[in-house]
Amino acid sequence: MTSEAIKARLRELCSRRAPDLADEDDIFEVGGVNSLFAIELLTFVEEGFRIRLEDEDLDRKFFRSINAMAALVERKLDAQG
Amino acid sequence: MSDTTLRVDPVGVVGAGVIGRGVAQDLAQTGHRVLLIDISDESLAAAREEIERNVRVHHLVKRGAERQDVAQVMRRIRFSREYDPLSGARFVIENVTEDWNIKESVYRDLDDICSPECPFGANTSAIPIHRIAEVTRRAPRVLGMHFMNPVPVKPVVEVVRGSDTCDDTIELAEALLSQMGKESIIVNDSPGFVSNRVLMLTINESVTLLHEGVAQAEAIDAIFKRCFAHDLGPLETADLIGLDTVLQTLRVLRDALHDDKFRPCPLLESMVDADLLGRKSGQGFYRYGEGGLHDARQTGSR
Repeated sequence: MTSEAIKARLRELCSRRAPDLADEDDIFEVGGVNSLFAIELLTFVEEGFRIRLEDEDLDRKFFRSINAMAALVERKLDAQG
Repeated sequence: MSDTTLRVDPVGVVGAGVIGRGVAQDLAQTGHRVLLIDISDESLAAAREEIERNVRVHHLVKRGAERQDVAQVMRRIRFSREYDPLSGARFVIENVTEDWNIKESVYRDLDDICSPECPFGANTSAIPIHRIAEVTRRAPRVLGMHFMNPVPVKPVVEVVRGSDTCDDTIELAEALLSQMGKESIIVNDSPGFVSNRVLMLTINESVTLLHEGVAQAEAIDAIFKRCFAHDLGPLETADLIGLDTVLQTLRVLRDALHDDKFRPCPLLESMVDADLLGRKSGQGFYRYGEGGLHDARQTGSR
């Protein structure tokens, strides 16, 4: 999957709760993103991209923005081969 | 809380549904030993899995929370189908199904097993606390504790003082909630208390607006989120609570208060008949896809 395709899926996901979110915006700081959505994001990243996140991946910095999540997904997909 | 005499521990949690799991997780994360009781092995197994998952991500979900040792937190929770371990509980929080016959039988059993001083915190959406208290021999030790979902991130609990609830019981509940990092808002007993009296009417009226074609679900929710700065709109909230629970709560409120303003919208009844219950069934006012993620625009495309 290309990085643009990964970002497109993440954007689609975030757009409902935070319609005006830019790729670099901090999702934990904008309105509309709450705790429930954060749980959904994690589940979505694991199930949607079929990756298993390790404890060290569960850091706020990797989920802060669409760009950060895309980088995490790409790194995990590469590692899985 | 440095005063060990006030330390409320261990705590019994009866019913391992959505709220029971959240309460057990929150208690364990704040250092309490927890006895989580349910009649079903499947429910207990699912509870263990979900709690473990949620503990793992808690530091991401809750602002300011620190990463926890998942194994250590899980070891604080004892999962059981038997009530007997509750004999040692300092406090019991009950979260079983919102059905009077079930609640009544659970409270009779709890009253026999738990020590006479052990307070019972009833987690109910609309059943009056005095009605629960009357089933037991410890009416002054019974109060309402209305937790909100998801429990580990919600900072406030609606605490309900029944007509017989004594001050000590309220203080102990406040102490326990404070140990969990939560604030208590104390209200008097009334069907639906404050939260559900207002919320259920809001949801029901939103469903009526949808039914009448005044606005689409997204528009109704967007008005609450973007104009009133709510985290969720009323229809998303209904999907989260479960439409069957919303319907049941409206009926309980209508019967208890003898007021037809709580009459459920026909659309709500027909959705429940069609098993469109919200998140838990995969579709309600929105459709829920991968990992519970919802997007109404995908309806029909799957």
